[in-house]
Amino acid sequence: MSTCCKTDRRYEELTAFIEGLPDKKGELITVLHKAQGVFGYLPREVQEFVADKMELPLAKVYGVVNFYSFFHMEPKGRFPISVCMGTACYVRGAEDVVDELEKQLKIKVGGVTDDGKFSLDTLRCVGACGLAPVVIVNGRVYGHVTPSQISSILAEHADA
Amino acid sequence: MADVKMHILVCGGTGCMSSQSDKIVDSFHRCLKEQGLEEEVKVLTTGCFGFCEQGPIVKVAPDNTFYVKVTPEDAEEIVAEHVIKGRKVERLLFVDPETAEHVADSKHMEFYKKQMRVALRNCGFIDPENLGEYVARDGYLALAQVLESMTPQEVVDTVKKSGLRGRGGGGFPTGLKWEFASKYQDDQKYVICNADEGDPGAFMDRSILEGDPHSVVEAMAICGYAIGASKGMVYIRAEYPLAVSRLRKAIEDAREAGLLGDNILGSGFSFDIELRYGAGAFVCGEETALIRSLEGERGEPTSKPPFPAEKGFWGKPSNVNNVETFANIPVIFLKGADWFASIGTEKSKGTKVFALAGKVNNVGLVEVPMGTTLREVVFDIGGGIRGGKKFKAVQTGGPSGGCLTEKHLDTPIDFDNLIAAGSMMGSGGMIVLDEDNCMPSVAKFYLGFTVEESCGKCTPCRVGNKRMYELLDKITSGRGTEADLKLLRDLAATIKDTSLCGLGQTAPNPVLSTLDNFRDEYEAHVKERRCPSGSCKKLISFEILADKCKGCTLCARVCPAGAISGKVREPHVIDPEKCVKCGACKDACKFGAIIKK
Amino acid sequence: MAKIGSLEELRKLKDQVRNATELREKGHDIEKLIQVKVSMATCGIASGARETLADFMRLTREKGIENVVFTQTGCMGYCHSEPTVEVTKPGEEPVVFGNVKGERVREIVEKYILKGELVADIIPSAYRTINE
Repeated sequence: MSTCCKTDRRYEELTAFIEGLPDKKGELITVLHKAQGVFGYLPREVQEFVADKMELPLAKVYGVVNFYSFFHMEPKGRFPISVCMGTACYVRGAEDVVDELEKQLKIKVGGVTDDGKFSLDTLRCVGACGLAPVVIVNGRVYGHVTPSQISSILAEHADA
Repeated sequence: MADVKMHILVCGGTGCMSSQSDKIVDSFHRCLKEQGLEEEVKVLTTGCFGFCEQGPIVKVAPDNTFYVKVTPEDAEEIVAEHVIKGRKVERLLFVDPETAEHVADSKHMEFYKKQMRVALRNCGFIDPENLGEYVARDGYLALAQVLESMTPQEVVDTVKKSGLRGRGGGGFPTGLKWEFASKYQDDQKYVICNADEGDPGAFMDRSILEGDPHSVVEAMAICGYAIGASKGMVYIRAEYPLAVSRLRKAIEDAREAGLLGDNILGSGFSFDIELRYGAGAFVCGEETALIRSLEGERGEPTSKPPFPAEKGFWGKPSNVNNVETFANIPVIFLKGADWFASIGTEKSKGTKVFALAGKVNNVGLVEVPMGTTLREVVFDIGGGIRGGKKFKAVQTGGPSGGCLTEKHLDTPIDFDNLIAAGSMMGSGGMIVLDEDNCMPSVAKFYLGFTVEESCGKCTPCRVGNKRMYELLDKITSGRGTEADLKLLRDLAATIKDTSLCGLGQTAPNPVLSTLDNFRDEYEAHVKERRCPSGSCKKLISFEILADKCKGCTLCARVCPAGAISGKVREPHVIDPEKCVKCGACKDACKFGAIIKK
Repeated sequence: MAKIGSLEELRKLKDQVRNATELREKGHDIEKLIQVKVSMATCGIASGARETLADFMRLTREKGIENVVFTQTGCMGYCHSEPTVEVTKPGEEPVVFGNVKGERVREIVEKYILKGELVADIIPSAYRTINE
């Protein structure tokens, strides 16, 4: 671990959280949720840090991170885009929306644009099936999305 | 203080919240304040009304006016007209698609007429963040009565007698499950609530947690008393932030009111609830996998026996039920097991909540007595198929279920009938498909889900489903053979028989049920290299009809691939080599000169 | 919220908070209740309809009448007799009263709503509403 990290405020926050737990037993997923909340993603260094603090083998931490779709090891874009691929959205044309996004952003699902602005993911059902197909850009929910709306939706999100 | 004359209920479910219903609430508060009416009119955020298609929903009581697709700007008009002058705002009323009339009172809407709300009794009716409102609706009365006058065995017997079966998928009798857990003695036992709704297209559990979280808290405490557990765990999806925050508040409020914690209501019984986040793994709906995940491990299932009732969370006796199952519990004690057992069919009692979605007019959350037919749900409540298209199938049971067709429409819905028809109840997702949906593609969609979600522990599920997915991919891209159809079936049978847990055992269901019911569609793909519904991109082509083309050049301009050429006022042609089959030209053509084959 | 210590205390709390959702419960079973509709058009409000509605609510509460629900409606067209109030008892024809304010409110509550006796200044209803 590099020396920079030990003075990083984010590690302090995570340490305080872990030390505040009444019992470390069984809390790995809880801690990883916190870590992802603090760092935005779970790179190797963070996983090593968690393994160390939780007194667990790194392989175990990695095994859990890698098992659950909620955890990711790569950073997201500044404006993360998620397309719902739940069944309701799928049957109402979410696939075409994904195709269009991939084309316009020139990235595949799971990728980040070169400038780090947008990242594209799919997720399984946000439960807003009445609005299908649903696209979420940086927390904002767009409903009844068609491929032709994609360019204007992307244009709404400019760096401040 | 002035009397409250009116309540304005704004839906705060995730669907309506996504359409800015929180801003509608702010807007109402502001307008009422401007008019000096903030004491006479109460504005509340409630849980889901279920009519998500037309959201955001605003309901005014006591005259039961039901406004649809409300915007924050509309609040001003509703206050000025309805609140002050008593005139309903016509343009915001729901329009009945059949009669084209405005329907003011939600009771007269087809969508609600056939529904019976038991699990959803408080959703869209109370403020979920207010314990007082839950108490006003007899909340915690069931718990109080149970603690005062029933023995744990009597509680178990009542649940058994009610005939309640698990609403999470399997349909196992809840009372029996409680009885098993009550029989094992240990220093610590657990009540676990499965709130990790992973079925894509199902959102009933989320809506209950968002709309009536106390009902789950109360039911868990009742269960704790029945099986002798002092601790409850809720395993909830991290992707449901609103449900998490409302449930957390409910637990805190209940604790503060002494309805959770030590010596509840002076009975000597102690019970408390903790929240644990899921992290996105469908297999964690399986109870042994869920327990592994609660312990902070990879959510891989273990073989049963031992059942969780014997060795569950941290090896202690545990009882796992899902959210909707719990939501039924308080009512069973308030109204009696006989009342509950009087609803539904012989072997499936009570009601079931379905998340109706897909190609249906009224997407939403519907709760109907068991035994209601699919036709009633899809056509009467759901309002039929969108855009006047033809009904093709209903998919129930999510990735573990199957597709039901025209011939099943009059089958009464219950656990056993759905299994007999080749599908299953599942958690209650109900996806309606129309003529534009390609069944092999739908099967492939579900298989893709299973492949991604398979935990990888056992080979049939990890490898077998992947091979099935590849076969389906081959078929939908026009490279399949008749032998592949047979192979699919053989593979499906093997996976069903040899997988470790429910996920693998049911994964082939979407394939088998579509093979059974839509054999002709599969055959068209493999024999004629044709997709009858025209949705498999590799099997379709676009063509311009020379006699209808006016040479307006519009298609050539919208084509993203530059595949269309032709001179002005002369028929255009599509270069099939360049065509990406996006269909933009067909949508743009004003003369109907472009056809999809 | 204070701690609830027993079933008895829970019941007491329920009585206190019951009115929180009562209005909505009533809306659900509106046909089974006595409906009092106060006309709230501009001329009604100008003649004191808002005070009339408040008086009705206060009086019925004082008298412990629970099976009554108040709604507002637009202009009924009896501009000469504002404020106007329509009272519908379950299973009975609606009766419209004119010039309802002050003591008239008490009279309607005590005589018509409680005892079913008719009082003076009833406007014969000669129309059918769209709800029929």
